[in-house]
Amino acid sequence: MIRLRKISKLYRLGNQEVVALRGIDLEIRDGEFMAIMGPSGSGKSTMMNIIGCLDRPTEGIYELDGINVSRLGDAALARVRNQRLGFVFQSFNLLPRLNAIDQVAMPLSYRGVANRKQLARVALGMVGLGNRMHHRPTQLSGGQQQRVAIARAIVGNPTIILADEPTGALDTRTSHDVMEIFRKLNEERGITIAFVTHEHDVAAYTRRIVSLRDGEIISDTPNTPVYQQQHPTGDSAATDGEALMEASE
Amino acid sequence: MTILDVFITSISALRSNIMRTLLTMLGIIIGISAVITLTAAGQGAQQGVSDQIRGLGSNLMFVKPGVSTTGGITGIPGTGPSLFFEDAQAIDAARLPYIDGIASHGAVGGPGSILQAQAIYRGQNTNMVLVGTEPSYQAVRDFYVEKGRFLSEDDVTKKALNVVLGADVADKLFGTTDPIAQTVRLFVGVGRQGVGFNFTVVGVMERKGASATGDLDNLVFVPLPSFQSRVAFIRNPKGFTNINQINIKLNDRSKEAQAKAEIGDILLKRHNSAEPDFTISSQADVLSIATDVEKTLRVLLVSIALISLVVGGIGIMNIMLVSVTERTREIGIRKAVGAKRLDILMQFIIEALTVTIIGGLLGVGVGYLLTQVLQHDISFDVNLLVYKYAINVSGNRYVITPFWIAMGLGMSAVTGLLFGVYPAWRAARLDPIEALRRE
Repeated sequence: MIRLRKISKLYRLGNQEVVALRGIDLEIRDGEFMAIMGPSGSGKSTMMNIIGCLDRPTEGIYELDGINVSRLGDAALARVRNQRLGFVFQSFNLLPRLNAIDQVAMPLSYRGVANRKQLARVALGMVGLGNRMHHRPTQLSGGQQQRVAIARAIVGNPTIILADEPTGALDTRTSHDVMEIFRKLNEERGITIAFVTHEHDVAAYTRRIVSLRDGEIISDTPNTPVYQQQHPTGDSAATDGEALMEASE
Repeated sequence: MTILDVFITSISALRSNIMRTLLTMLGIIIGISAVITLTAAGQGAQQGVSDQIRGLGSNLMFVKPGVSTTGGITGIPGTGPSLFFEDAQAIDAARLPYIDGIASHGAVGGPGSILQAQAIYRGQNTNMVLVGTEPSYQAVRDFYVEKGRFLSEDDVTKKALNVVLGADVADKLFGTTDPIAQTVRLFVGVGRQGVGFNFTVVGVMERKGASATGDLDNLVFVPLPSFQSRVAFIRNPKGFTNINQINIKLNDRSKEAQAKAEIGDILLKRHNSAEPDFTISSQADVLSIATDVEKTLRVLLVSIALISLVVGGIGIMNIMLVSVTERTREIGIRKAVGAKRLDILMQFIIEALTVTIIGGLLGVGVGYLLTQVLQHDISFDVNLLVYKYAINVSGNRYVITPFWIAMGLGMSAVTGLLFGVYPAWRAARLDPIEALRRE
């Protein structure tokens, strides 16, 4: 359960103040699958970073599962990021020199899990990279890199996965593969998924679309997921994803 | 995160960017090996000086003519302020109870002399220092003949053309031939202009070796009157015999100050002068100068070491700073997936320490190898009063001290921590998104 109350964010650029968010109120219930949209500069990434505990609001209260996150210190915040949240970036943010298993196992090392390589293998299997375990980012396609990043986000069993334009660097086909993985995670594991996008056909996968403009929410509407009908190459991707999910479980 | 986990993370981070790790180590290896090599050379030189000073012999005092006008060039009888054989006789006549022995000598040739002295035997010739002295020289300077005999009282009274060769001179002229009773030509002059006389070899001096007072093996001794009449034939107006130095051996070192005063009085009276036109130096003076020399060397050594420390530090700093941008992003990623500040700090400390310790140890090894490979003799002159003193440090005298090893390792660790960990720590304090934005 995510609750933002009167969240504001100011940036200082030189001697100029830029308002990225002005008094955002938002609730995201457990198990939701939602998209945040808006033109560039609307503050959607800023909001996502704040929800992901990567950034702090200038004003307002952010409660995550009833905990006032804005008050937490570095160590407690790190624990929240590590255990409750999984974050997926547009630019993947993988460490260039690590192979897929080590990338995925990294979050677990920060909570002292013993069998982290084993868990990393399972997570990689879930995103369909069972045969790319020892590849480094440079040896993987964009879609594969993003799937490694998703495996890294889910390896710690988070209740929430957040993503900032997860398909922004991908072509249409791989974008839909990634959304298919998100849909499965949401439907089959009940993981809350919220992501920023400016692509309508990507947002169409979700059940709720929030729109921002100039740091304010201008619309918050339910959506009927249309992926099954609209998916151009949906059959193969969906089957792929499904098969792998089953294989790993 | 346990320490073991941190260690594993650090090692895998180091291994995953092996090029950066090696470059960092290279900076450290160069820095540390420079520190080790240079300080080892400096330390060796310093020890060399100490050893040579100790090798000077004990309880000796030297009286020398003043050097007011000759600009450091001494040893040419008749050109500098005067010291005479008659002065030595007067000191001897005073029968001072603390004096064990007196020996005067005059000399030409060698460094500091405008005249060259050469010894020639059947087409072989060598530059040397020609010394005119008395039989007492052996005991006073604690420097003895090894083959044949030294100059005798008879040689002195008869102004005999007999000569005792230094070990090096004998080697160069005669090789394996026995020099005793052979005739050598002793030539004194400038270029081809000069005088030469035939002398008969009566003895060869013991070898003092290169490490102590290397000059001594290049001396050639003739009776003082022979030296005076054949070589230093410029007599002063009063008919006295010019000499370069009176060597005085004391039997009691505690009498040094008294000896200085009383001998000074005798000479002032004889020279009829208010200001001394001579210098009396004792073992204590030489030692104090030697201490100054050692101090100078120590300053030099420390400067060399500091420069190498800075050079090494800059090497480490460069590579550390270069890698910071990339590391900032890595820190952002690690924080985004749940690393605490402390985790980051620990990782970077262990990384830096691992690199600097391994690099440091390799640097010590390389430094040691360099001292073994170089093995160059270090040689320079130090002016002790009016005497040029040759410092020779042979190659095996490089001294690697634990202190400088510790300094080198400490420096690399501190630099590594400062330039590697501090920027990382600053990055770790940022919110993850800030660290990720830094490109």
